[in-house]
Amino acid sequence: MQNYFTEILTDLLGNELLAEILTYVLSTVPILAFIVFFVLFAVWLERKVSAHMQDRLGPMRVGWHGVLQTIADFIKLIQKEDIIADANDKALFNIAPFLVFVSTLATFTLLPFTSIFVGSNADVGIFLVLALSGGVVAGILMAGWASNNKYSLYGSLRAAAQIVSYEIPTALVVLTMIMVYGTMNLGDVTEAQTSYFWNWGIFGGAGLGLGKFLLVPFMFVAFIILFISTLAESNRTPFDLPESESELVAGFNTEYSGIKFSLFFLAEFANMFLIGAILVIFFFGGYNSPFGYFGNLIGVDWLVPVEQLFWFISKGMFFVFVSMWLRWTLPRVRVDQLMTICWKYLIPYAFFNLLIVGLILLV
Amino acid sequence: MILNMGPQHPSTHGVLRLELVLDGEVVHDVKPHIGYLHRCMEKHCEVMTYPQVVPYTDRMDYLAAMYNNFGYVGAVEKLMDIQVPERVEYIRVIMGELQRIASHLVALGTFGLDLGAFTPFLYLFRDREKILDLFEETCGARLLYNYMWVGGLSHDIHPDFVRKTKEFIDYFRPTIVELNNLLTFNKIFIERTANIGVCPPKEAINLGLTGPNLRGSGIKFDLRKDDPYSIYDKFDFEIPVGEGGVGSVGDCWDRYYVRVLEVEQSLRIIEQAIDQIPDGDVKAEVPRRVKPPKGSVYHRVEAPKGELGYFIVSDGTVNPTRVKVRAPSFVSLSALGQMAKGYLVADVVAILGSLDIVLGEIDR
Repeated sequence: MQNYFTEILTDLLGNELLAEILTYVLSTVPILAFIVFFVLFAVWLERKVSAHMQDRLGPMRVGWHGVLQTIADFIKLIQKEDIIADANDKALFNIAPFLVFVSTLATFTLLPFTSIFVGSNADVGIFLVLALSGGVVAGILMAGWASNNKYSLYGSLRAAAQIVSYEIPTALVVLTMIMVYGTMNLGDVTEAQTSYFWNWGIFGGAGLGLGKFLLVPFMFVAFIILFISTLAESNRTPFDLPESESELVAGFNTEYSGIKFSLFFLAEFANMFLIGAILVIFFFGGYNSPFGYFGNLIGVDWLVPVEQLFWFISKGMFFVFVSMWLRWTLPRVRVDQLMTICWKYLIPYAFFNLLIVGLILLV
Repeated sequence: MILNMGPQHPSTHGVLRLELVLDGEVVHDVKPHIGYLHRCMEKHCEVMTYPQVVPYTDRMDYLAAMYNNFGYVGAVEKLMDIQVPERVEYIRVIMGELQRIASHLVALGTFGLDLGAFTPFLYLFRDREKILDLFEETCGARLLYNYMWVGGLSHDIHPDFVRKTKEFIDYFRPTIVELNNLLTFNKIFIERTANIGVCPPKEAINLGLTGPNLRGSGIKFDLRKDDPYSIYDKFDFEIPVGEGGVGSVGDCWDRYYVRVLEVEQSLRIIEQAIDQIPDGDVKAEVPRRVKPPKGSVYHRVEAPKGELGYFIVSDGTVNPTRVKVRAPSFVSLSALGQMAKGYLVADVVAILGSLDIVLGEIDR
């Protein structure tokens, strides 16, 4: 799709380089729009899910069953005074939320939403996703340090320790998956699981024969490890220590208000979809429909990408829902237990898994 | 590093300030600073007449106002040697036990909240609401009841009260099972509470802990059995103690679980009492001007949070010379420093939550 755009723009502007740059800029627009709409929806969904789990109704007044509540909240947040205390390190304090938000946004450009649209079809796709999510750590550290508040500092240091630790099992599982698919490009990973659902990663991938059946249990283990560690990386309960309300007030974003706070908030919710998307791409066939396309059946070509978008978003939303479900069910682990889970359980299992999958693939 | 926790903090259970001396996340010392909610209750009592003190007692442990009334009127009645009608005693016990359940529900819920479990908190508050509805129907108030008066009660119970209480018991029994499934035996919850804030039996006695906190340490001491007041000796119930079910005796989980079991025992007491409420009046013969004879009295009751004692000195006039309250939360809070040493910041919150303090009672 981007190539098509570039051609049109080259015709219009007569300059290929300019057209290419413009295409890149323009292709972030739908992604940004998606993030904003997703967050508006997800915040409402989170409130509704939690409310219904807790025998409440949740927001009911603004719009039908409160669907416009988040928009109202967002307008309120924008109007709020942007408080910067004297003791804050102003430069870092101001940059931090943007860094967190931009890193999250950048990872979204690498996700293949449909077979014809990827923000940036990089060959090192998943590698870049992992690298960019490191930017979030830097942003959180900056926020905690610049706030000049002990609670913020605790929150940000916890966040840094947590995200960096959990990146190891994540990377190990991702490595396993790269071995299975033989590519780091997320679009190619998805293509490898095309057609029916038994070709999905969780069912051993598209390969046939004995290897596929041998892979299934190990793919399942890989899925569980990746799910837990990405959950921890996105600071969701039961791993929400950086902002654990009962100890650290609001963690690293204690001192933030107004629009900067909402950027953190936006990034956090966007991250929720990101973990869902990565799990879906590696294990649940990405944008692939589990049973063929309706568009192909009736011979309407343009319907296929629409269906793909539908499947990608709804599979991703399923995992967003699961993480909400967990959040409103489980208590929070303690900081040392968090590290124990990572270093004593997830990493050895991930290594073991990597080894076995490698052996299976070799044989 | 010194970290000030509170007075505005989500999990200090009110306006309490904790001064934490930390080394990284490890706690070296905890100093509670109290007094942010001090309302000179004891001094106020000295210029009030005896019946006028009752609403003040409501405002001490505002989560268990009924029981504060219960203790105070018991003390004054002991001082004046008033025998209240049987009906009054039964209603007082039922109200007291309902209040104990309500108080424990808040304790269990906020403890879960301190550990990051939000949903059990709302489930328990939903059930507490049903108890508050019963209270509201009886005396019109939901939090501060002013229900028990010297020599009787402010109102008789509503005609529907017996039926609705039985309905509540039938409704509430299964929700305890639900709570146990959701929170009590949750793996993460056990990890967070087992072997945390351990208070061995000997230390618990030395610290002067009472109520569920003492019983959590494995000591079978309950004033309802060991120094019976009112008509508690008529009922058949057990005193649950901490047995170190998942860790060692006297840890946070034990203190938590003792409360869960106590709720069940309170239901048992209510069940026995509700069918036997005798007919009669809800006021004893008390002179219009309550004037106890010269002297002093100490009366203690097993409030939801522990031993609640009233020491009243009378000089024979309508105003008490001195009303001193032994508040269980005050003693519990003083134990925090010893119990929290060497644990992590997150554990301080857990230990504080397991002690179940109410600042209204500490500061009075």
